Amino acid sequence: MKRLLPLLVACALSLAGGEIPNGRELRACLRSQPKTFDPALVADDASETIRYLTGGVLIRVNRVTQALEPELAVSWKVSGGGRTIRFRLREGVAFSDGSPFTATDVAFTFQRLMSPEIHSPTADSFRSAPGAVRSAVENDHQVALTFPAPIAGLERLFDQVAIVRSGSNAVLGPFQVAENKPGAYIRLARNPHYWKKDAQGRRLPYVDSIRLDIQQNRQLELLKLERHQLDLVSALDPEQFQELSTALPGWARDAGPALEPEVLWFNQVARAPIAEYRKAWFRSANFRRAISEAIHRDDLCRLVFHGHARPAVGPVSPANRFWCNARLKPHPYDPVSAAHRLAQDGFHKDGESLRDRDGRVVEFSLITNSGNRARERMAALIQSDLRAIGIRLNVVTLDFPSLIERITRSFDYEASLLGMINTDLDPNSQMNVWLSSADQHQWNPNQKTPATPWEAEIDRLMRLQASTLENEKRRTYFDRVQEIAREQEPFIYLIYKDTLVAVSPALRNVQPSVLRPELLWNAEWLWLAQ
Amino acid sequence: MIRVRLARCVLALIFMAALAADVLAPRPYDAQFRDSPDARPSRQFLLGTDELGRDRFSRLLYGTRLSLLLAPAAAALATSLSALVGLAAAASGRWGERGVLAITDLVLSLPWLFLLLAVRALLPLNLAPLVSVVITFALLGLLGWAPAARVLHAGIRALRQSDFVLHARASGCRSSRLMAVHILPNLVPLLRAQFWILVPAFLLTEANLGLLGLGVSEPLPSWGNLLRELENVSAVPSRPWLLVPVVLLIVVVGCLHLAFPGEERAA
Amino acid sequence: MRLRTIGARAGAMLLTLWLAGLAGALLVRLGPGFGIDEQELDPRLSPQSRAALRAAHQNERHIARFYVHSVARTLRGDLGVSQSLGRPVAELLRERFPVTLRTVALGLAVGWAAGLLLAVADHGARSAAIDLAAAALSGGLLCLPASLLALLFVFLGAPAALGIAALIAPRVFRYAHDLFLSAAASPHVLTAWARGLSAFPILVWHILPCVRAPLLALAGVSLNTAFTAAIPIEALCDSPGIGQLAWQAALARDLPLLVNLTLLVTAVTVVGNAVCGWKPAGSEAV
Repeated sequence: MKRLLPLLVACALSLAGGEIPNGRELRACLRSQPKTFDPALVADDASETIRYLTGGVLIRVNRVTQALEPELAVSWKVSGGGRTIRFRLREGVAFSDGSPFTATDVAFTFQRLMSPEIHSPTADSFRSAPGAVRSAVENDHQVALTFPAPIAGLERLFDQVAIVRSGSNAVLGPFQVAENKPGAYIRLARNPHYWKKDAQGRRLPYVDSIRLDIQQNRQLELLKLERHQLDLVSALDPEQFQELSTALPGWARDAGPALEPEVLWFNQVARAPIAEYRKAWFRSANFRRAISEAIHRDDLCRLVFHGHARPAVGPVSPANRFWCNARLKPHPYDPVSAAHRLAQDGFHKDGESLRDRDGRVVEFSLITNSGNRARERMAALIQSDLRAIGIRLNVVTLDFPSLIERITRSFDYEASLLGMINTDLDPNSQMNVWLSSADQHQWNPNQKTPATPWEAEIDRLMRLQASTLENEKRRTYFDRVQEIAREQEPFIYLIYKDTLVAVSPALRNVQPSVLRPELLWNAEWLWLAQ
Repeated sequence: MIRVRLARCVLALIFMAALAADVLAPRPYDAQFRDSPDARPSRQFLLGTDELGRDRFSRLLYGTRLSLLLAPAAAALATSLSALVGLAAAASGRWGERGVLAITDLVLSLPWLFLLLAVRALLPLNLAPLVSVVITFALLGLLGWAPAARVLHAGIRALRQSDFVLHARASGCRSSRLMAVHILPNLVPLLRAQFWILVPAFLLTEANLGLLGLGVSEPLPSWGNLLRELENVSAVPSRPWLLVPVVLLIVVVGCLHLAFPGEERAA
Repeated sequence: MRLRTIGARAGAMLLTLWLAGLAGALLVRLGPGFGIDEQELDPRLSPQSRAALRAAHQNERHIARFYVHSVARTLRGDLGVSQSLGRPVAELLRERFPVTLRTVALGLAVGWAAGLLLAVADHGARSAAIDLAAAALSGGLLCLPASLLALLFVFLGAPAALGIAALIAPRVFRYAHDLFLSAAASPHVLTAWARGLSAFPILVWHILPCVRAPLLALAGVSLNTAFTAAIPIEALCDSPGIGQLAWQAALARDLPLLVNLTLLVTAVTVVGNAVCGWKPAGSEAV
């Protein structure tokens, strides 16, 4: 109730002004055609948006407060050392076809999600260890799920699991798919049996439908917004933000730093087909720290993102209030200190060029994905910054599949500039990044034994936080992981860009969030004034 | 004639300005004046600066040098190949002709993007940007012959029925001499048209290839990557100086058209 | 004899189609990034799921086997399933081909009409000013990216197909202009001028017949050009045609979809060129 208060107040205020939520259709865009409508198989952003709007979940993460809220489950209890979670379900809830929601549906959903042929990020988040998930239906409104091993931050994961009924496409969320014109649009109509009601007893959602146009071109999306053919845009780029701020003042909003940092890392894979002397450079913490100090992060924020970004320090952005180690500060821009660190490793300036102790010119390539103007500009700025300390950087833009092939299969690259994927607040979702044996340990994946003492320490800390249930203790461990990451710089964290959105002034109850879906997270409460 | 002379003068001027970019450019093309990003044209920056504070005028000069040399070279290569293929098709027997035309249709239809990606993948990462762009234009030249080959072949087929060709054959003229002396000169209008079309087409292709990582890499400027600034169509009205590379390209292409007019006669 | 000729041509076309599909499949298979799925970068995925993603492309690794199975399926009317979109390819093509067909047809019609009109006007007027203006207009259109022009048209509320027209018109103008100029110097045309015929009958009765063959060949080629141009135009303007599909398939290295799209473009090219290059029987030179 406390968490719903801000929304209810906003609702009350707008209603007190004489405005009454009416029907009408909310119009927005998806950047691509959803690949699936099966909530268990969701792996792309567009499908996830559809799942969010149509799926009913047991527990919801409030996108603004980041706190857990009861949805289809009114209460829950974790026991068995984090292996079992028992839910008491909300009564009187029905699917969109009118059939009652019961504990059997929860059991069915999880049996299906955990079946071996389902491969999706949602399913894998629950697979802490080999073995089956056991579900115990105690009665129509109580169910217990037992996992083969404890899962840290277990409750948050249920935000991603839309409960389904066996043999039916009926849904429990505020909307259901009414029309799907592939490549053109998807229309979601209100779920007539949606369980949520407002303080006046009006059944939610307020809007009758949501029309999601499939629009990859951001310029066309902005044009539609300026022509009032859309009511919101979830992700503006900085130029569009500037343009919209002039054309339609008050529409553009900066929701603050997003979760995902932009990072640069060096290839430290032993079997990588790159020159050994370059590998030696990249393995030196001094070298990586020097590069980090030579990069002018403030200029990246100012010139590339027009001030809508801030220097990054670690894997967790300040948007992640609980897990961010606020004590850490970004490395300041200090080319003098960078030169000093390089000198410690035997590098020396020879005219305009930097040479290593064996007299080789320090030159290496940086790959990034083509078509991403922000990253191309960042690469150009970094190239200029490194030239100032005598390093020759060759920027190579590659199409995304070619780039992924190099960083995950052939390891034929020297340095890479990309963004981290960080959809979940809990660091447990980053186990595959931080464990040295994991295949997402980008700079040196699939290690049989940790290559360095600090990677061994990170392994230990990540395992500790994964096996502990108390969040405060977990935070202590993960704070230390962030400190080590800052000292050793396996990833050079560059910036956290802001989440920039656009909202029509006619749209009520909208509260932009940096968590997806940024503007539609409380879609059932949104409505359009006349 | 005045028009022809004027066009040739303008071309020569642009060409010389581009070659003298090292002298004429007020500052290096990669120098970033970070306190003046996206500046309007002024005495200090004649065409303003780009979003990273780089002088647009200097980048235009250097970009012109690169594109003005490479695009016509690639267009000449593609045009020559199309002439060769068209003539080969015409000189072969019926089955040879069909085979060559089928290959032409194949080349027209295949997704050559993947060949370009494969070539990029094979090139070393630490390749000088200039070498990378020369290779890109060379590939465009090697792959761009197919559309013209078809048109040329049709032209040759029509010429084969001309009186002067029949006369030449009746006089015992060999096939090769027939092609070289009687037919090829009459193909010049088609070849010129093809060349004139390919120069801007290759420049624009280079710009589009930049979206796939195959264009000119930072910090080297080219007309292609300067034209990419126009992608933000709605920004152009408030920044009309962004159109200068387009205007220059139109002037060059227009002068190419006027500088070499078609006044040839049939043999 | 005629039937044998038609049969031989049909056989040649089918062989070209078959080779195009195979060559297209080879290019995609051997290109970098094949078998890669963006999802692999999601840190939440387990090693088993990543292995499953890689295994999904296993049956495409042996390209000859894949292609033979593909052809056999196609003969049964099954074009396979798109890896990236998870839908039958036949369904995707059925949905999207009409959109592209409309775009291409409109673009070609307007492009050819504009290009030919400009060339005829330039030739007929015999004015240096008009010649300059026509050269400037066609040169200007050639220098602007078709996809950007299409985007501009969409901004202005016009159909994106005009982007294709803007690509075709200057090419048609340039060829037609130079062909008219060359034909105008022919002895029979000079004779017609000397006899006092006006520009329009000379153009229609004496010049056009001379240039018909290369113009028809250009028509065949412009069909391919228009279809190829539809890819960036539809991708940029978010038009749900096969161009947009081809762009998405190329980025995702979706082999079944790309092979079928290559076959479609090849079929259009081959049939178009065959129709435009067709000669009546007995019209060959001795």
